[in-house]
Amino acid sequence: MAVPEHTLTRQWTPRRVGEGAIKVALFAAAALSIATTTGIVIALLRETINFFREVPFSEYAFGDKWTPLSGGDQQSFGVLPLIFSTLYLTAIGLVVAVPLGLGCAIWLAEYASPRARKIVKPTIEVLAGIPTIVFGYFALTFVTPEILQGFFGLEVKTFNALSAGVVLGILVLPTIASLADDALVAVPGSLREGAFGLGATKRQVSLRVVTPAAISGIVAAIVLGASRAVGETVVILVAGGQVASLAVDPAEPHQNMAAFIANTARSDVSSSSAEYLTIFAVGTTLFLITLLLNMISIGFVRRYRQVYE
Amino acid sequence: MSAVQAEAAVARRIVGRRSRGERIRGQMFQAGLLSCVVLALLALALLMIDVIVDGGSKLSWDFLTSFPSRVRPETAGVESAIVGTLYLMGLVAVFIVPVGVATAVYLEEYADRDRWWNRLIELNIQNLAAVPSVVYGILGLAFIVRAPLSLGPVLLAGALTLGLLVLPVVIIVAREAIRAVPPSMREASMALGATQWQTIWKQVLPGALPGVATGVILALSRAIGETAPLIVIGAALFARFNPESVTDSRFTALPLQIFSFISDPSDEFRSLGAAAILVLLGILLIMNSVAIFLRNRYEQKW
Amino acid sequence: MHTSKKFAAALAALALAATGTACGSDDNDSNSGAGGSSESSEPLSGKIAIDGSSTVQPFAEAAAETYNEEQPDVNITVGGAGTGDGFEKFCRGETDISDASRPIEEDEIEACKKGGVEYAEVHVANDGITVVTNKETTIDCLTTDQLKEIFGPDAKATKYNEIDPKLPDKDVSLFTPGSESGTFDFFTDEINGEEGVQREKNVQTSADDNQIATGIEGEDGAMGYFGFSYYEQNQDKLNAVKIDGGEGCVEPSSQTIQDGSYKPLARPLFMYVSKKALARPEVKGFVDYAVAQQQTIAEASKIVPMSAEQAGKAKQAIGGGA
Repeated sequence: MAVPEHTLTRQWTPRRVGEGAIKVALFAAAALSIATTTGIVIALLRETINFFREVPFSEYAFGDKWTPLSGGDQQSFGVLPLIFSTLYLTAIGLVVAVPLGLGCAIWLAEYASPRARKIVKPTIEVLAGIPTIVFGYFALTFVTPEILQGFFGLEVKTFNALSAGVVLGILVLPTIASLADDALVAVPGSLREGAFGLGATKRQVSLRVVTPAAISGIVAAIVLGASRAVGETVVILVAGGQVASLAVDPAEPHQNMAAFIANTARSDVSSSSAEYLTIFAVGTTLFLITLLLNMISIGFVRRYRQVYE
Repeated sequence: MSAVQAEAAVARRIVGRRSRGERIRGQMFQAGLLSCVVLALLALALLMIDVIVDGGSKLSWDFLTSFPSRVRPETAGVESAIVGTLYLMGLVAVFIVPVGVATAVYLEEYADRDRWWNRLIELNIQNLAAVPSVVYGILGLAFIVRAPLSLGPVLLAGALTLGLLVLPVVIIVAREAIRAVPPSMREASMALGATQWQTIWKQVLPGALPGVATGVILALSRAIGETAPLIVIGAALFARFNPESVTDSRFTALPLQIFSFISDPSDEFRSLGAAAILVLLGILLIMNSVAIFLRNRYEQKW
Repeated sequence: MHTSKKFAAALAALALAATGTACGSDDNDSNSGAGGSSESSEPLSGKIAIDGSSTVQPFAEAAAETYNEEQPDVNITVGGAGTGDGFEKFCRGETDISDASRPIEEDEIEACKKGGVEYAEVHVANDGITVVTNKETTIDCLTTDQLKEIFGPDAKATKYNEIDPKLPDKDVSLFTPGSESGTFDFFTDEINGEEGVQREKNVQTSADDNQIATGIEGEDGAMGYFGFSYYEQNQDKLNAVKIDGGEGCVEPSSQTIQDGSYKPLARPLFMYVSKKALARPEVKGFVDYAVAQQQTIAEASKIVPMSAEQAGKAKQAIGGGA
């Protein structure tokens, strides 16, 4: 005999109410992440708007001199040099991190014996776990005096982009190596075996078959590494210097956006002045750039995951 | 020469030629790859040697139990920094464990993937993981140090800021751990009449605990070395006292103390900075060893 | 489940151990250098917030450290945000004492009036702005005119020997404090003729005197200026340039700064104490101590102490006593 539908009703027992309450509580915790993002956006935008009340947008976006902490006439808020210095330092970092990182990844995925892999991969991850202040120390007290000025005899200034950039690269290397390695390992063995069967050498298989197959994941790794480098603060703060300029000279000091923010916040200028508000304007710029890089990276990851499914 | 012999000769010539030139290229390629690995490991070795050589001589029990000093660097130590760091880690853990696990439980056990708000939450967490730490410092300065929470540059403010920074790490790892618990456990529990929450609390979470613990320690390892957010919220770079309260006292932490030491050009202070780095690395080593121990000891074999 | 209980216990033990070490307060600085006359034996407690000039900062830090040997329960935080920024905070009531390497200015006096902050100006030490160069760059003496040609807003020389062929053939690379610094204000006023203006090219400014020292120390041809104590602390790594203020080359030293012959870069250093703070016993105790012990404190922090006459006047400024 069929049970008439309308007799099946939901009973709101105490048990069910309890369960409901728990679900709401858990949802609230999860919603904190939305609150965080909202908070970041508001914190940045609110004061950025105040900043643009003091400094015209055209000066910020198109000016070519970044000297917000100078006095009087010499003060200028053109952000282009700061963005340039940031990208310059990131570029130097990637020149180091990408070849070395990919080299490590290809070696780990294609050439290393299981035992070697077990030792080397965690060691590279140790590099990833070292706090960035240690890298800053390394750049300032070892790389600049001993390696650049000493071993290579270069005439670099105490605070210079080369030292900061190279150490930035070492810092980012484990990220690229690890993610690229994951991408390479995910390439199905059948592709390799097929290539070997056709008579290809190991070099050809690694370079011409596996790497192109994993290219989306590799690009994602590089973009993520770049995103990390763009936002890195302490290494540049300690070893890169205080100047943001359009000088394409690695021996010169260069400061990136993140280091500028930290340095300005530390020097505690008056909290309503334009100098102080630069923290938020630059913060917004930095946030947008890293967000963009992150979305690009996610796009590539999604693409590479689909290829094998 | 017969046709077969001719063909064999041709084949040998082709394979032979490829062997010689190709072998060299192959070896050079492998050498190139290996040199990448060697360079990376060399960088790590140089870094560690540099820090140990510079700072090793300054490590002592006195170093761990004195306050920093500008006037008499021979007596300078990092007690206030260690205390600040330990307090911070404790507070961060208290914050991220419930919130992180709750979020992970919600996303894995309750959330309906088709709802737009749940997808938004997931996207959010992914984005937050990539935001530079300095921006978290700005967030902390804007809302936690100043209005509406108005805590000032105190331990609680620092802990909340760092907690928000590493929360995505905990959530992502906790989700993996919860996902690893096989559905059969849940189904068996439900079949015996347990509610969803009872299943989670009594079966899923205990099973996911080692993974969650590893995630928490990973997050704390990240938080302990963060300098930039603390600088931005206004923590002290130099304090000659231990913080007395969590809500009413300025504080310093190891990364900040290190930064303060190495900003001074004198060799004496640089060595102190290196020694403080060794202390920080030591604490990190202990934490990660605990993580590995826990993971091996309590690893669940499904 | 057994495993989770054991695990929770392990975590709890770890947490307890961490808080245990934190709760042990102690006092391991048992080297009492600045013994001398201690006055109030009554234990004081409280917090003192000091901020301002980075030139005065070593003095304030040394004073705080040695004062803590007598009064360990007084928490003193010393910042170095710069004379200008220090006054801003001070006039908003955010700090108790403002360190300054120049006297308070008109607009700052106004701000303090607006903020309802009354203060006492206390002369605590002396300083001579020291022009320093990298160890490899040998410059013995510069006249104030030559300094203006190097640091001034209209400076054009890219090498030192363009100003005077006897100076080294090296690229000009300068490190100076920024606009928040009283040292900057004083130097630009005396040398460049107008406060706040300075050469733009080849100059790196920093609010951190240590960073200035690091920058100069590592680069051949680098030059800069900061308070005398920073030179003293880094004597083995930097050269001090003698300054000719019209009466011959004078080397900066404790003597020449105190008796004023190091012209025109000798100047007094101040602590401005809010009257409201001075009413608190721990602040009064600290300021009395700093003035009474100024000789020892100055020597410990490598700052130039006051003459007996100057010290006497300072004692009067904080209401006799001591």
